[in-house]
Amino acid sequence: MMMKKALMAATALVAALGISAAEAAWKPSKPVEFVVTSGPGGGTDQFARTVQAIITKHNLLDQPVVVVNKGGGSGAEGFVYGKTAAGEPHKVIFATNNEWLLPLVAKLAFKPDDLTPVAAMAVDEFLLWVPGDSPHQDAKSFIEAAKAAPGKMKIGGSQSKDTDHILVKQIEKAAGIKVTYVPFKSGGEAATQLAGGHVDANTNNPAENLGQWKAGGVRPLCVFAPDRMAKGEPVVDGKGWADIPTCKEAGVPLEHYQMPRTVFLPGDVPQEAVAFYVDLLKQVREKPEWQEYITRTSQSNRFFAGEDFQTFIRNNEDEGRAVIAAEGWLVN
Amino acid sequence: MENIASLMHGFGVALTMHHVLLMMLGVLLGILVGVLPGLGAPNGVTLLMPLTFSMDPISAIILLTSMYWGALFGGSTTSILFNIPGEPSSVATTFDGHPMAKQGRATEALTYAFLSAGFGALVGVVLITVLSSWVAKFALRFSSPEFFAVYFLAFASFIGLGGSSPFKTVISIMLGFAFTAVGMDTVSGSLRLTYGIDELIRGISFLVAVIGLFGIGELLLTMEEGLRFDGVKARVSPRKVFATLLTLPRYWLTLLRSAAIGCWMGITPGGPTAASFMSYGLAKRFARRRDGFGKGREEGVIAPETADHAAGSSAILPMLALGIPGSATAAVMMGGLMIWGLTPGPMLFIEQKDFVWGLIASMYLGNVVAVVLVLATVPLFAAILRVPFAIIGPVILVICVSGAYTVAGASFDLWLVLIFGVVGYVFKKLDYPIAPMVLAMVLGDKAEDAFRQSAIMSGGDLSIFWSNGLVATIMALGVLLLVWPLLSLIVQRLRPSRDVGATTA
Repeated sequence: MMMKKALMAATALVAALGISAAEAAWKPSKPVEFVVTSGPGGGTDQFARTVQAIITKHNLLDQPVVVVNKGGGSGAEGFVYGKTAAGEPHKVIFATNNEWLLPLVAKLAFKPDDLTPVAAMAVDEFLLWVPGDSPHQDAKSFIEAAKAAPGKMKIGGSQSKDTDHILVKQIEKAAGIKVTYVPFKSGGEAATQLAGGHVDANTNNPAENLGQWKAGGVRPLCVFAPDRMAKGEPVVDGKGWADIPTCKEAGVPLEHYQMPRTVFLPGDVPQEAVAFYVDLLKQVREKPEWQEYITRTSQSNRFFAGEDFQTFIRNNEDEGRAVIAAEGWLVN
Repeated sequence: MENIASLMHGFGVALTMHHVLLMMLGVLLGILVGVLPGLGAPNGVTLLMPLTFSMDPISAIILLTSMYWGALFGGSTTSILFNIPGEPSSVATTFDGHPMAKQGRATEALTYAFLSAGFGALVGVVLITVLSSWVAKFALRFSSPEFFAVYFLAFASFIGLGGSSPFKTVISIMLGFAFTAVGMDTVSGSLRLTYGIDELIRGISFLVAVIGLFGIGELLLTMEEGLRFDGVKARVSPRKVFATLLTLPRYWLTLLRSAAIGCWMGITPGGPTAASFMSYGLAKRFARRRDGFGKGREEGVIAPETADHAAGSSAILPMLALGIPGSATAAVMMGGLMIWGLTPGPMLFIEQKDFVWGLIASMYLGNVVAVVLVLATVPLFAAILRVPFAIIGPVILVICVSGAYTVAGASFDLWLVLIFGVVGYVFKKLDYPIAPMVLAMVLGDKAEDAFRQSAIMSGGDLSIFWSNGLVATIMALGVLLLVWPLLSLIVQRLRPSRDVGATTA
């Protein structure tokens, strides 16, 4: 009897302490689930698993982290899952800008506001690539060839009405050309199709084409960014990422096209939880493994949270919406 | 010859005590996840992945690939014993494997399955060893029209096999196409056939459908008709395994043909599931006696198993050399490669010789380890059939339902698996063939994507399917296989009629 009373008292004490701790700062009280809005092996999957690996290795969390893939319907599965988990801060959703672009082109029971933005941890660049044996040595010559034969040039990409497709539409508008866009299942497939010479160009991210570039199967013409990419190890023939001109330099006036690696929480979660994850992710990006991931995938190491991230989302959505509306892809 | 030297070097890397132990561990884990339907190789590998982050890449990939081999073997076990395919690629094994088990020949069926699977895998690995550089270049020649031609060939080799009326086959195949169309469409980027139901966004999982159609469908039939497993009478002895082993060479032609089909589908990459269906179809078509297929013919087990594993192992090659995964599991492992800091691509073979050849050597060893281990389990598994149905029946139902839930962790799939169970039962009662529907669900959306991508490339001109030697050859083969039943029908009409045998599948 005494024992039981003592135990109850102790439990009450712990509970009281727990509550006061929660008021000060939120902390996960059970295993945290990382919801990946792509299939295993995709870019978002690698992003989430890298974060998971760093957290586990450096013991940044007292609770275990479990990664689940919900990539069905171009990621819609994961977003709807996140929406139904409203108020549950133990589920963290990993995505790209598809969180706000996908609901524009597909009728979903999900709106971008249904999730709480946490942070963007890196931005992935887009490049214009041609096959290794292509006659085009620079973007200018490629654009001229495309102008000479409207609709004949085939540009491959991953998925339809998605980032690659939107970029190709923007290139068409910026350069005054007309091309044929061929949607494949993934960036990896688009890379192989380009190396085999079955399409004339693709707009892959650096990591997607790196293997084929090393082997001479594909060649970058320009990068859709305001500045050249960060200097790294030379990739092939002494040339590296920093040697690739920007598309603006090369005559295609398109300089802001990037894909952020984003992290969200379900809706209606306490502000303290958001702050907790922002802090956690900040710790993650200070570890050497994060730098390794950024270098290996040739992404830009940028971090947006809070108001900055909100602004980024608004700008990115406006740009995307303009193209999507002009193409008649808007569903709502 | 340079490859042989590299391979010997690879054996040096792979043949350490540490690596052999990892292989055994991987194979055992694999058998476990393979036996539980729904869990399967892709999920098993995903679950194991975080453990490998702290390993060096060679140990990690050896563990994961060994698990893959184990899962492929384990998947055949439940197909044969309970008519539940543990892996999508072992669906075709149920057609004859399960009838064999019902007739009390489970030991034989399992032994044939494992041995031919081991044979197929070895052929696949030898192919990788000898032709690695050539295969990588060859695979680059494949674009959407060629892919469509490959899928067309797979359909053509399977069509006209059903013993039931051609109209029933058409209905079954069309239903399959409809099911596979549900969800996000790659080419248009729009949702199809979801009717505003959120759970349908990810599409209808092929595995859930198969577990329902086969596992639960079979269970319902068994309940109605009473259990007729003759397994109780069958003697389970290790000697039987050896006796079966000695008869295997009799089926050399089936083995070789199926291995060739498997390698072809692994490289192109049509995938192991398509390979096993195609191989089963062709085994039946070219068999001297076509009767007995679907009722427990040895070739009906050997053909799909050989092709399945030949495709599974040769699919590793396009993954490494091109970064194109030939199967769902390969896709997961590719993600792992990148996390370990390796970029899949043509240069992997040059820059990471230790890794690539260590992996290839481990595929030889891993498969030998796997065959020995699974053969040892045959008497154990075969003995499960002696358990009374009143006990094993509910267990099967639990396995089916939990398997369906594991696929996507969605409770909606529990309803789906029950619905498909009823569909499977009704199909069997009304003598509609299930296999064409399953094949359409596996290959339907890939074939559709390839067809529409080709049409985009050519601006709608169908001549793209005859535009070069490669695609024209595959298409011609497909058309030939397609009209084959008509030709043989004409021949048969001219001769006195003969029973052709029905597919119960």
